Amino acid sequence: MSFNLLFDKNIISRRATLLGLGTSLIAGRASLAVAAAPTQSRFVVVILRGAMDGLAVVAPYGDPDHATQRAQLAPRPMGEEGGLRDLGGFYGLHPVLAELHAMYTQGELLILHAIAGSYRTRSHFDGQDYLESGAERRLDSGWLNRAVSAMPGPRAPGEALAIGVAMPLLLRGPAHAASWAPSGFATPAADLYARIAELHQRDPVTGPAIALGLRERGMANAALADSEPDTNRGGFPALAKAAGRLLRAQDGPRIAALDLDGWDTHKSQSDRLPDVLRQLDTGLAAMKSALGTVWKQTAVLVMTEFGRTVRPNGTLGTDHGTASAAFLAGGAVAGGRVLADWPGLGAGALLDNRDLRPTADLRALAMGVLTQHFSVPPAAMAVLFPGAAGLSPMPGLIRPA
Amino acid sequence: MDARSTHALIRFGFGRRGAEPLPADPVAWLHAQLEGPDPARFPDPPSTAKGLTAELQDRAARRGAANAPMASPAMANAGMAAPEPDRSPVRTLFRAETGALLDHAITTDAAFRERLVWFWANHFTVSQRRAPAVPVIGAFVQEAIRPHVTGRFVDMLQAVMRHPAMLFFLDNVQSIGPDSQAAHADRARPGSNPPRGLNENLARECLELHTISPAAGYSQADVTNFARILTGWSVDFQQTPPAYRFRPFWHEPGTIRVMGQDYPAGEAGGIAALIWLGTHPATYRHLATSLARHFIADDPPADAVAAIAAALASSGGDLAAAARAVVARPEAWQPLTKLRRPQEFVLAALRAVDLPADKRPNLMAVLNGLGQGMFNAPAPNGWSDRAEAWAAPEAMMRRMDWSHSLARRADNIDPIALAEANLGPLLSADTAAAIRGAGSRRDALTLLLASPEFQRR
Repeated sequence: MSFNLLFDKNIISRRATLLGLGTSLIAGRASLAVAAAPTQSRFVVVILRGAMDGLAVVAPYGDPDHATQRAQLAPRPMGEEGGLRDLGGFYGLHPVLAELHAMYTQGELLILHAIAGSYRTRSHFDGQDYLESGAERRLDSGWLNRAVSAMPGPRAPGEALAIGVAMPLLLRGPAHAASWAPSGFATPAADLYARIAELHQRDPVTGPAIALGLRERGMANAALADSEPDTNRGGFPALAKAAGRLLRAQDGPRIAALDLDGWDTHKSQSDRLPDVLRQLDTGLAAMKSALGTVWKQTAVLVMTEFGRTVRPNGTLGTDHGTASAAFLAGGAVAGGRVLADWPGLGAGALLDNRDLRPTADLRALAMGVLTQHFSVPPAAMAVLFPGAAGLSPMPGLIRPA
Repeated sequence: MDARSTHALIRFGFGRRGAEPLPADPVAWLHAQLEGPDPARFPDPPSTAKGLTAELQDRAARRGAANAPMASPAMANAGMAAPEPDRSPVRTLFRAETGALLDHAITTDAAFRERLVWFWANHFTVSQRRAPAVPVIGAFVQEAIRPHVTGRFVDMLQAVMRHPAMLFFLDNVQSIGPDSQAAHADRARPGSNPPRGLNENLARECLELHTISPAAGYSQADVTNFARILTGWSVDFQQTPPAYRFRPFWHEPGTIRVMGQDYPAGEAGGIAALIWLGTHPATYRHLATSLARHFIADDPPADAVAAIAAALASSGGDLAAAARAVVARPEAWQPLTKLRRPQEFVLAALRAVDLPADKRPNLMAVLNGLGQGMFNAPAPNGWSDRAEAWAAPEAMMRRMDWSHSLARRADNIDPIALAEANLGPLLSADTAAAIRGAGSRRDALTLLLASPEFQRR
């Protein structure tokens, strides 16, 4: 699991000053310090790695073929103990997702179904690469990183900063992204750090990483200073909560990315899925609560590389499929509905007679959020999502301000 | 001091151990490590029998304490450390075997040979994120990887695909042919148990990651058919000791076609398919690319890949020949082109300071903290061999932090002498000056371990 944040260049320089780093590291601080206030909108992307079974998580119980096709994986009916949570008459949410269901009821959760990227490979690794690249091939940068450069306002290209242990492809690219996660190691004195940073300053790989790491540590320590320690600091709920606190800070980041893995349910799916769903559910609730009033300006996109087979496989699990479900949560989201052009589950409706057929594109969803939430100009979309010229941003995702 | 000698220890090994002798002829030193049986001698070597027996003990203990709280599978999936020390026979065995593997990497004189073991174990990733694999992960390295790193790839492939660790990790143990006797028996007893059937996980990853790779252009039908061929490749806990077993009752009957080749029913059909896949030119190209990316550069030069692939093709997939082809590439002697991954960095640091065994830190915890826990890769494609996966800001910060921790344990070392011994001509003037100017031995040693050149191999 990793957790990453993008920072506005202003914060970098301010923090660099606070940390007392060598002047070479804070060159350009004067010009950065005068930049206008950044956007107030917050955007979080959560990647569910391993391919979430959208049909188990958002069950189309109203489809006449649902019960037959899902067979042993068919959910318990609504109203029963452990039954689905209704989403308005056709779809039902997995029983574990109490917090997400509450968000849905409050109009803060938009659910998309039968949605996929453009790729039809059933490889996790290609699928995740393309999902994060935003292209139909693996690029060296992710669309979220490129989106930072495309946002109007004071964010200059190549000047964003991020913080974390690993850096997902989604956030790699020309805008420097930092990564952050709670560290269990004792830390040396600032002066020793400064000497290490000096040794690395001309190194093209480790130099920027260490400079950004130092700045991020200062930023995160300030934003998290008064938080109680979590018993499980590496867990998704704790990281999601920390992300909420960092995003809430006035001078904090505006964009964050998190991963949650454990979705590759080839075997005994009904036993494996509840634990990881519970992490997602409590994590998003913890993030919402940590964001406080800033939740109103937040959109959280939750997506997976592809879906799973409609029918169970031979080991009470599901194999790699195509379309799945996605979530857009947040106070800024025009939620309380399921948005889907439902393709049906009958034998003739399935893709390759095995998968849920995609009728919506994840790239159009991401485009919609970027245009409505961050005013990214339509002209930038060709750079963010090369090869998606035929797609237009999905409308009506974000509440009018 | 000869830069090539120092470089050989860093590029092809895990870095110089203390003042271990520098090879006078680095190429001869590397070639010699490819001869003969594996030199590792573990006092208590891992085995499938031992691992699966420990699993049976665990199950018995769990039955005895059916109501006791257990760690959730999701926590294991998320790679979280267990909240309290886990003393089960399986975890105890796993810790001991992994610890022995780390100790061997820190102390071995044949570090190139051991690097190859680690490389191939990552090519055929099995991870503790799938709990049933844990008891036999040590056995997997010992039985399926280690004996074959200088042998033929196709032999390693067969050993891997029949090893319980891989069969558990990629869910093949209960994959049952839809037309097998077992499936017919299930259908004849409606209502008793849900009918069992196919699981295509192992078949897909074998094609994609282990052998021909997507470049070879296989279809979904090839994946499904290969999965049918592999039905019945399973693990039997009833026999003593528990072991791999081919189950004809679960196996799909009939001739099955994969990538234009027909394979007969039975275990022999699966072996024939593995021989075809394991000697395919696309597999050799895929392996050559991985080897070159690991030992030469993140973006391996096309000439190097072609030369290594040619060595594999002309030798029938001899992995020693492939290793010699890597050593023969001039690009492989370009120093410090690769970023050390956390495991390589930690092992290099432990070799450099050369602490006695009882003064070494708990490396399992350290590696988890640095983002590369032992046998804990998040997905079947294993650990990335590219710098961008490891050079995130917080990841680099943690290396600095841990260097400072380790430096405290090695406080009677002369840091400048160690820096010169460890890096030789590769030690930069800046780093040497920073070490000389440090206010304490601990700070000096931290600066060496945290220096840019020590992050490279």
